[in-house]
Amino acid sequence: MEALVAVVIAVLVSCGVYLLLRARTFPVILGLTLLSYAVNLFIFVMGRLRSGAPAVIGSSESYADPIPQALVLTAIVIGFAMTAFLLVLSLRARAELGNDHVDGSAAIGEKPSKPVRPLEEDEV
Amino acid sequence: MNHGILAPIVLPLITAILLILLSGRRSLIRSISLLSATASLGICVWLLMQASDGQIRLYAPGNWQPPFGILLVLDRLSALMLLVTAVLAFFSIAYAVRGHDAPGDKLHAMVHFLLVGVNGAFLTGDLFNLFVFFEILLISSYGLLLHGRGVERARSGLHYVIVNLIGSALFLMGVSALYGITGSLNMADLGDKMAKLDPADAPLAATAGILLLVVFGLKAAMAPFYFWLPRAYAAASAPVAAMFAIMTKVGIYAIIRVYTQIFGENAETLANFAWWWLWPIALVTLVMGLLGALSARELRVQIAYLVIVSVGTLLAGIALNREAGLAASLYYLIHSTMICGAMFLLADLILRQRGELLDHIGEGPRLRQSALLGVLFFIAAVAVAGLPPFSGFIGKLLLLNAAGVQADAVVLWIIVLAGSLTTLIALSRSGSMIFWQTTDQVESAPAADKGALLAVIGLLGCVMVVTFAAGPILDYTFKAAQQLREPGVYLQAMQQFRVR
Repeated sequence: MEALVAVVIAVLVSCGVYLLLRARTFPVILGLTLLSYAVNLFIFVMGRLRSGAPAVIGSSESYADPIPQALVLTAIVIGFAMTAFLLVLSLRARAELGNDHVDGSAAIGEKPSKPVRPLEEDEV
Repeated sequence: MNHGILAPIVLPLITAILLILLSGRRSLIRSISLLSATASLGICVWLLMQASDGQIRLYAPGNWQPPFGILLVLDRLSALMLLVTAVLAFFSIAYAVRGHDAPGDKLHAMVHFLLVGVNGAFLTGDLFNLFVFFEILLISSYGLLLHGRGVERARSGLHYVIVNLIGSALFLMGVSALYGITGSLNMADLGDKMAKLDPADAPLAATAGILLLVVFGLKAAMAPFYFWLPRAYAAASAPVAAMFAIMTKVGIYAIIRVYTQIFGENAETLANFAWWWLWPIALVTLVMGLLGALSARELRVQIAYLVIVSVGTLLAGIALNREAGLAASLYYLIHSTMICGAMFLLADLILRQRGELLDHIGEGPRLRQSALLGVLFFIAAVAVAGLPPFSGFIGKLLLLNAAGVQADAVVLWIIVLAGSLTTLIALSRSGSMIFWQTTDQVESAPAADKGALLAVIGLLGCVMVVTFAAGPILDYTFKAAQQLREPGVYLQAMQQFRVR
């Protein structure tokens, strides 16, 4: 059982890292999602794998460690929010940069970066 | 229990929620934001005075007996970091309220959410909570960085967000691996568990430790994880960039905390393993930061590289693994945070008077307030390069003094001293280009806002205070370093702590 879960995590991480190294924002977001799935599984497994043991004391003979289950919940919520934010951001970057390359242009050095001008107070 | 420990987290949280509800009423938002920052300043001074007696104060928000539940810890180091944050936040907000928070009115709410995360990270005594507060400060910083328009903001923001999300994934892996080995997340308790670690588990614990080092190094912008920083800081609006001067220090704080408390002297096989990695990394960070500062074509990019130089200097002091080195680093941390913040604000005042050229380092129109801004830039440049009479000099002197004269310390001597010279050359180049190599025409820009100027002068004044009050401050940082390195004090404080 442990070996199977370990292999699953390893596959998820390697697929995630492969996608992270792609040049377009959408595969990168997918890669981050896979990576966060792997992390969530990893946290869960760190409480040890057991079957038939609920995370409630007194309901049965043995009980599972409740802390990793609580942690994984937090990690899922935060990961979900961050992925949603990144999706919105990449849509904005696509709109402002005119393409979905992570560096903002397909060819490196195509457009030299310009200093950002501060906005005036009454500027909308 | 002392409920005051909760104030640095709760006050900005309430302020931020209030500011969102008041959306649209700009002058009211600005007054409340500044008022809250002033109150924070008062609270942090009060906490510092409490912490300076050397007692470790604990606060259990859920009223669980530690090591279970969430724990907040106020010691000398965290009180110091809270005060530095409060000072920087006060002047950044004071700068922003003078019409530099455009567009919209959401900047102040996000700054206060950022403060929730930063203050929480400084106070927490629990590794998973550190992750949660990191995420709070990160999501606010994403919003702050992207605040306002601009192609460059979208581009650098994308890099910043993706890199930090990967960091968060690694952080979770490190934390959960430590939990899997020891069954604890409380830092003091983890330190105790490390001392009794089964040698068979040591490699896994070391892996977790290295994962955490990567994550904190990413936040602290140490080599080779600093590439996101220059673009992001240069693209951010001025008050945001000034606020971000504390962000790299959060990473450094986490390194100090985790590798003295969890993997410290007591940790048997894993004792002090991080310093072996940190020493070369610190030196490389220093060199890369200096090269970046020399090659920068915009003033804000140059200042961002100077942030990296300060990170390298701090890490070197910490990696010495000596009380004097840690104390010197803490002193230098106060100095570098304030001077980098001040320089970002000053760069904004300068670029507003240079028309389309902005902060590009090259020949341009003469500044309208050339003399005033020039003098301020000169003072800031001398302070950041670490020349006497300012605090940068005292910090570097103490650092080299702590390093001693062994073979490996000689490398540090060469890099730090050559680094001061390089910083000086880089800033002389940009200063003389911007202020002296000018055409005859003067750009028809408005004069710098008086309030904004006062904010910059105030922050530079704080650097002067750090210089002239070096005696008491050093006394404090030495005691803080002593407290950090004293084995078992945190565990002892926790064991004596009783919830009501």
